[in-house]
Amino acid sequence: MLLTESLATFGRYCMFMTRAFAIPDRWSVFGRRTIAEVSKLGIGSIPLVLIISVFIGAVCTIQMKLNTSSPLMPAYSVGLATREIILLEFSNSILCLILAGKVGSNIASEIGTMRVTEQIDALEIMGINSVNYLVMPKVLAFVCFMPVLVVFCMFTAILGGYGVAIFTDIISVSKYEYGIQAMFTEWYVWYAIIKSLFFAFIIVTISSFYGYYVKGGALEVGKASTDSVVSSSVFILLFDVILTKLLLQ
Amino acid sequence: MIEVRNLTKSFDDKTVLHGVDATFYTGKTNLIIGQSGSGKTVLMKSLVGLLRPEEGEILFDGRDLLKMKRDEIADLRKEIGMLFQGSALFDSETVLGNVMFPLTMFSDMNRAQQRERAMFCIERVNLLGAENKYPSEISGGMQKRVAIARAISLNPRYLFCDEPNSGLDPKTSILIDELLSDITHEYDITTVINTHDMNSVLGIGENIIFINKGYREWVGDMSQIYNTSNEALNNFVFATRLFQEVREYVAEHGTIAKRKS
Repeated sequence: MLLTESLATFGRYCMFMTRAFAIPDRWSVFGRRTIAEVSKLGIGSIPLVLIISVFIGAVCTIQMKLNTSSPLMPAYSVGLATREIILLEFSNSILCLILAGKVGSNIASEIGTMRVTEQIDALEIMGINSVNYLVMPKVLAFVCFMPVLVVFCMFTAILGGYGVAIFTDIISVSKYEYGIQAMFTEWYVWYAIIKSLFFAFIIVTISSFYGYYVKGGALEVGKASTDSVVSSSVFILLFDVILTKLLLQ
Repeated sequence: MIEVRNLTKSFDDKTVLHGVDATFYTGKTNLIIGQSGSGKTVLMKSLVGLLRPEEGEILFDGRDLLKMKRDEIADLRKEIGMLFQGSALFDSETVLGNVMFPLTMFSDMNRAQQRERAMFCIERVNLLGAENKYPSEISGGMQKRVAIARAISLNPRYLFCDEPNSGLDPKTSILIDELLSDITHEYDITTVINTHDMNSVLGIGENIIFINKGYREWVGDMSQIYNTSNEALNNFVFATRLFQEVREYVAEHGTIAKRKS
């Protein structure tokens, strides 16, 4: 029963995506909508990303120092470990789990409300491919903007750790600076960006899918919003494992 | 003209429409009436292609909707305007933006021409001055009029209205009815109105189709409805004391004064 239901849902998702990746009815409208979505989904997420990153970067640095205080460990290893955590997991997987909550629930509730207020039916009646019209600009905007968010996240999280070095005596600034530059692997930055592109796609398409097929009223819109966040998070974690295996081994 | 032949639609085991036949004429206000749950909304959604019936034909001037490919349906829909029960205006757009939307998507007009056409439609529904307001800033009756303006902006051949008077006070309902009737005659549109508002039935019903329990039970116009022998229709239309008295008055005097006069 669960298997057949899952397969049916996956089939519906595939059909949904087929409609989403059709040629837009009007490129000019598509372009305008994409720019609007960049502003709403991407630029609108920057404050949250910055706040979370700076604090997590600071906390990582403190935790590293407290949990690796051994005479055998060089002092700069705190900066190095903080950087690796931020580059490898925090700036992509954890960030995207947070964005699944913000962006995902926003998309699911927006499209779900359009469904229950018949706005999607109105688009269909006009002869517009409503999936393409609503979903494609969001996918393109968020996937394209995600690397910007990832880079902001990396930068501000490392700055958060730097703040700890400056304002406390947990680690010296020179050791932290040395640590964040030591044994740097450029590929880790690309790895984080590549993973985040997949996660951005997952967040937007799954949330849109849940919103698009809402049936009922406000209660169901709320449920779809919650379900979209849960499903997006699970798939982000699943793909995190797969992509880590593929990209780092 | 839209012709419906032997239309059957089921949901799981429950058949909602049983072989419905109906004709909706061009230049007339065609009303689908019936109790809640009788199948009239399913009939309307089937007509516009939001639901797919199991059997039957839906002919838009001879073109069968159920045999069309997706591209052909998309083309046909550009000839259709629809007024939804809840207006279905786009929250993020102003009144002007909503009315311009179909023009932006489907016309070859430049921005100035689109605006001019949209303003003409807004004026036609007496909403000049409200063009820069958002749907949340205007009343339900005004929202319906915006939806009508949006529906007629591309000069549709077919106009569908799903319960246009629901949630409106009687005076505003009459305004909407008169607007729909005027637009139908002015632009020679095939207008199909789904309603259970008896004021609409007796006021603008030029071709009335009564659906009961999924069957088409009666067809006629607003003058014939007073003399019908169909029990279900009588129970439905003349359910209130007011309309019973109207019927008695008509039986006595032959007619009632026309609404506009």
